[in-house]
Amino acid sequence: MSENVILLAIDGSEGAERALVHVQRRAELGGAKVVVAYVIEWSPYSFNTPEENAQRHSRRESEIAKAHDLVVGPALTFLSEANIEVESVVRHGNPSETLIGIAKETGAAQIVIGRRGQSGLKSLIFGSVAGNLIQTAPIPVMVVP
Amino acid sequence: MNRIIIALLATLALASQAQAGIDESINAFTAPIAHWVGTVVFFKISIAGAQLPLVVLWLVIGAVFFTVYMGFINLRGFKHAIELVRGDYADPNSAGEVSHFQALATAVSGTVGIGNIGGVAIAVTIGGAGATFWLILAGFLGMSTKFVECTLGVKYRTENPDGSVSGGPMYYLRKGFEERGMAGFGRFMGTFYAIGIFVGALGIGNMFQSNQAYVQLNTVTGGALDGYGWLVGLILAGVVFAVIIGGIKSIARVTEKVVPFMAIFYCFFAIIVILLNFTSLPMAISNIFTGAFTGEGVTGGALGALIIGFQRAVFSNEAGIGSASIAHAAVRTNEPVTEGYVSLLEPFIDTIVICTITALVIGTSQVADPNFAGDATGVAMTSAAFERHMSWFPVPLAFAALLFAFSTMISWSYYGLKGWTYLFGEGQFGQTVYKVIFCAFVALGCIVQLGPILDISDALVFLICVPNILGLYFLAPIVRAEMEAYKAKLVTGEIRKYA
Repeated sequence: MSENVILLAIDGSEGAERALVHVQRRAELGGAKVVVAYVIEWSPYSFNTPEENAQRHSRRESEIAKAHDLVVGPALTFLSEANIEVESVVRHGNPSETLIGIAKETGAAQIVIGRRGQSGLKSLIFGSVAGNLIQTAPIPVMVVP
Repeated sequence: MNRIIIALLATLALASQAQAGIDESINAFTAPIAHWVGTVVFFKISIAGAQLPLVVLWLVIGAVFFTVYMGFINLRGFKHAIELVRGDYADPNSAGEVSHFQALATAVSGTVGIGNIGGVAIAVTIGGAGATFWLILAGFLGMSTKFVECTLGVKYRTENPDGSVSGGPMYYLRKGFEERGMAGFGRFMGTFYAIGIFVGALGIGNMFQSNQAYVQLNTVTGGALDGYGWLVGLILAGVVFAVIIGGIKSIARVTEKVVPFMAIFYCFFAIIVILLNFTSLPMAISNIFTGAFTGEGVTGGALGALIIGFQRAVFSNEAGIGSASIAHAAVRTNEPVTEGYVSLLEPFIDTIVICTITALVIGTSQVADPNFAGDATGVAMTSAAFERHMSWFPVPLAFAALLFAFSTMISWSYYGLKGWTYLFGEGQFGQTVYKVIFCAFVALGCIVQLGPILDISDALVFLICVPNILGLYFLAPIVRAEMEAYKAKLVTGEIRKYA
């Protein structure tokens, strides 16, 4: 377990881009390792048709592959070009709970996440991942505006 | 595709015009077949004045055997089943696969249907209050049958090249008998089952459902939909079409979310009615027990009540029919037994909880006012029991019945599809042909009074219990070995709770 691990949570949004740039600078300065995490929102308690269940496995695989190709891959390239040690995790689940789980597993000292800037009503109904993390994470959370 | 739809619409419009004529000619053609099939499948033996259909006896003996052979798994596995559904044993690394909860929810929405509201009323009308006791007992025994069939469904499924899975009795019958050196017999049984589930899906899982939904809607609107069966049928078929062919997930998702809510809503108000009838409750419960053993006023006495109770339980929870194992086979798990555990909860929720609540609503109403429903039976009887206290209830009840029917049709469309793909292969074109046929039958169910055709489909669904249970006997040792191995892993901690 290293003290100098930053968990970067990304979702393909512009806020995540800014967080990525921020983390790159921090990691370069402090020589930190970066874990890039992408959580595909998913609940084990949803209701599906039998046909959806039958196709679930191949859907899951393609969701993970897509996340790697479109979102996580470019971020990894960006960071490793700056000679930063990187690792990636793509996982299904509740975003904030899953991110906290990944932080524990990787021994991250800090979670960095971009702000999406949702409207008040939308975040009131759906909540925001950054907001939830701030409330529940056991380690410091940095929200990049 | 469009041409098929237009042709279909034209046929339906014609059908509604010439409805009476078509009804008669179809009925005349199918009635003798239905009578013959019904006589064979529901062959009855007479015991002490009661008529016992052999197929019901076959199911009951199976359920008792599996309960004993699996060491009362229905009692002893209950706690573990809850833990699995809650996700205590879910590996975070396999998050995103079908969860145990989702598998259970899908299978339950296929079984919770009109039978839970109307079937119980029929049981109480014919078999007296005592039928309820036997219904609950049958639900309890059925839990063990489900455990065996759902474990096998996962264990012997086939993975398709595209990563999807196909499983169910046709697969475990074929592969299971093959392993025992009876490949030819296994192939025969598998094919037989596949044909049965396909035809059954068009009847019990389709026409019966859409027909009952229409009848319900027509009743609450005071007969305003008389003669508009074709319209209701078309709308229902259109919605089913949108979901199973159009792949419009949002409709399916909405229903699948609303159905559990409706089930809770139904139980909630049912309990309120029972509480409002509170003074009648002790008498209603005592009637259930005395009726079960004396069978007062029931043809065939206690045995008559027993037969009715068992028959209705099977109709409702489908234990022994094997349909649920098709749904459970979709779950990716290293331990097939876990799906068996989870499936224990289906007869529990369906029969022991929901049917019992309905029976108590009717039972307490009967004690309070023996003539509360007049001549009504089925859904109308249950509806009348609610209406005594809540005059507005028939409308939401009809809505609930409609949704239950819809979700049952969606589930059964898949069961039938798996029978079809087993017979004709996994080709996309063939699957679409099946789905179009399925939608046409949804519409037909509302248009024509197809008593004899429904009888045939009913009989076939019961007929497939015969190969299914026979296969379960042969394969039960495998399930028991799997179960013992799994339990051992639980003890050593090789399988443990996460978090």
